[in-house]
Amino acid sequence: MNLQSDDFELFDLPARFAQDIPVIDARWKQLQRQAHPDRFADQGQAAQRLAMQWSVRINEAHQRLKNPIKRAAYLCELRGAPIRAHDNTAMPAEFLMQQIELRQTLEEAEGPAALQALANQIQTQKAQLLQQLELSLDQQSDVAQAALQVRALMFVDRFAQEIDARIDQICA
Amino acid sequence: MALLQISEPGQAPDPHARRIGIGIDLGTTHSLVAAVRHGVAECLPDEDGRVILPSVVRYLEGGGRQIGYAALASQVADPRNTIASVKRLMGRRLADLASLPPYELIDQPGMVVISTVVGPKSPVEVSAEILATLRYRAEDSFNADIDGAVITVPAYFDDAQRQATKDAAQLAGLNVLRLINEPTAAAIAYGLDNASEGLFAVYDLGGGTFDISILRLTRGVFEVVATGGDSALGGDDFDRVLADDMAREAGLADLSASDRAALMWQARQAKEALSTSKQVTVSLKLAGKALNWSVSRDRFEQLSAGLTQRTMVAVRRVLRDAQLSSQEIQGVVMVGGSTRMPVVRQAVRGFFGQEPLVNLNPDEVVALGAAISANQLVGNRGAEDLLLLDVIPLSLGLETMGGLVERIVPRNQTIPTAMAQDFTTYQDGQTALALHVVQGERDMVADCRSLARFELRGIPPMAAGAARIRVTFTVDADGLLTVSAQEQISGVQAQIDVKPSYGLSDDDIARMLKDGFATAQQDMQARALAEAQVDADRMVLATRSAMQADPELLEGGERQEIEALIAALQQQRATGDAAAVEAATQALAQATEAFAARRMNKGIAQALAGKNIETL
Repeated sequence: MNLQSDDFELFDLPARFAQDIPVIDARWKQLQRQAHPDRFADQGQAAQRLAMQWSVRINEAHQRLKNPIKRAAYLCELRGAPIRAHDNTAMPAEFLMQQIELRQTLEEAEGPAALQALANQIQTQKAQLLQQLELSLDQQSDVAQAALQVRALMFVDRFAQEIDARIDQICA
Repeated sequence: MALLQISEPGQAPDPHARRIGIGIDLGTTHSLVAAVRHGVAECLPDEDGRVILPSVVRYLEGGGRQIGYAALASQVADPRNTIASVKRLMGRRLADLASLPPYELIDQPGMVVISTVVGPKSPVEVSAEILATLRYRAEDSFNADIDGAVITVPAYFDDAQRQATKDAAQLAGLNVLRLINEPTAAAIAYGLDNASEGLFAVYDLGGGTFDISILRLTRGVFEVVATGGDSALGGDDFDRVLADDMAREAGLADLSASDRAALMWQARQAKEALSTSKQVTVSLKLAGKALNWSVSRDRFEQLSAGLTQRTMVAVRRVLRDAQLSSQEIQGVVMVGGSTRMPVVRQAVRGFFGQEPLVNLNPDEVVALGAAISANQLVGNRGAEDLLLLDVIPLSLGLETMGGLVERIVPRNQTIPTAMAQDFTTYQDGQTALALHVVQGERDMVADCRSLARFELRGIPPMAAGAARIRVTFTVDADGLLTVSAQEQISGVQAQIDVKPSYGLSDDDIARMLKDGFATAQQDMQARALAEAQVDADRMVLATRSAMQADPELLEGGERQEIEALIAALQQQRATGDAAAVEAATQALAQATEAFAARRMNKGIAQALAGKNIETL
């Protein structure tokens, strides 16, 4: 166990997609209890600096583990298929068409009810994609397929945020 | 278990000496100091038995000053030199202020200054006067020096405001253990008293700021799930709507500063009276005219509906950030004197569908929680085993092409945190990159707060886009930011710890201290030496107990090297030269760093192993 251990080792979890979020949260708190700089508030700068490094590392792992998309992307990376979201945006034409249609629906949507309905639709799609992702990563060990699904989820997630922003605008 | 904790009580110079940690609530309208005494947190009273210190400082011609009640009493008579609500000015520029105080402000880069009869005063200096007053009060109460202080800030305070608060505490001669968020402090006070578990909302409406935070409490862990609010909304604004209504009805437009102060004072009295009465009548003399003005609670509700609504918008947003619905909240803790207003309680009740928690004094609850935290952080054994996991209140980012913001650290990220992002050059042969650090939620730089600018220089000339410049944002447990940049291919590192421009430099603080401000009576050199000696003793003690606890982690020759440095440190300690003691302490700290790292690694591994057994 050291600062270079991967997230799963650090949290003592099996390196797979399916995870129990309450277990992740509980381990996060347990680790922070040991390493948080507040534990060393009266013990000088060297101890503080080390504690800060550990604490930062634990928070980083926690952020990645508890978010299913980030967790999946991390697993893909560990298994040799990094997502490279910035320079790899090639997606199936069918998926892209669907995204364009959804965006049109968002532009035309008026009133909170229509937006909420769209938000629910996206949540359903997201849940389905996450299920497929679990299959690809944990059952079929098809990392190429998983990487594609992660990219699709990034699209969907970004779109969900845009809906939220619109709902905000209307409520404000 | 703490890895470097002093594990052998017999080794302490005085094993029975409890260290003194104080909690300070530095509020907009009033401030308090609290400490744990006889196992219980309590607010410390002044010599007249009052725990509240009005956050008001008056500067007198010739150099004297009044602080607290005496200054408050002069507010109407001398509004230009009587500085109230200075918290609103911390780390702010003129353009940031929603409304202006009755004293004169001068805009300056970083932070406004106040023009007084004794010259310009920075909000940091004014705050330091208040903090120093509370520090003396605590020293008198214990008849001893204070080991450290926890200062509370609104969760919504940005980097500039936090930095300014920390500077003020330093200027007041306080050793700051931690800045903690007011709602977290309130939850600590409540959590321990009520042994609560689950999700709680803390609705904190103070004199000048509004905070809403969602916390998850589990066995001594206070996890801030999300936080939001408005750093320019508070009880003062409720006073103002009443004052404006009074002035409107009386047909008064241009009021003198002292008339305005009198009006605000009356409005505040009326507001407070309306918490218990349905109708209030005010008589006052303004601009030579005698006025009678009557206001009902219903009318007040109408006038202030926009303000209450603003708080509820922030509540909604923070719930969404936390991905929670209002039904999932088990309790709503009310903090701040302004939550005594029935209009506010009504709005909270309506939104959450439950009675808010009001059983602790809303004025004292923050200071009490801070005191509990301070007691633990100074290292008192037997203190409650708390852990505060805070989040960063506002997103941090960098300016990119076209005045757009690239977000590096999103808001509500648990701190401490470090996040990095790679950037590149956009011109052939470009050898420098200008970095502009901003804070805020908007996409355009112009709409965000500028924190700092610096440059990475000495990049070897390459084709556009070939350089890889990694910019790392590090936010410590107090929520304070440092930024560094490194070109990855050449290794060129223009690492700059960004101290935001509005923060005082260490030189500024040294100068202010020298000017005899706040700690005028203190002999600076003696204090520096005493502090250096305390640090030295602490370091020696921690090192000895660490070597005793984990001798197997010492590598060949390491023990001898460390012992030699301890001996050197103890020799320096006796010489009475603060700088030499500090240098020797530093040398010991550096030499033990590798050993400390091994112990830390072992501790984490053990913690995990222990947990596995528990969960079997």
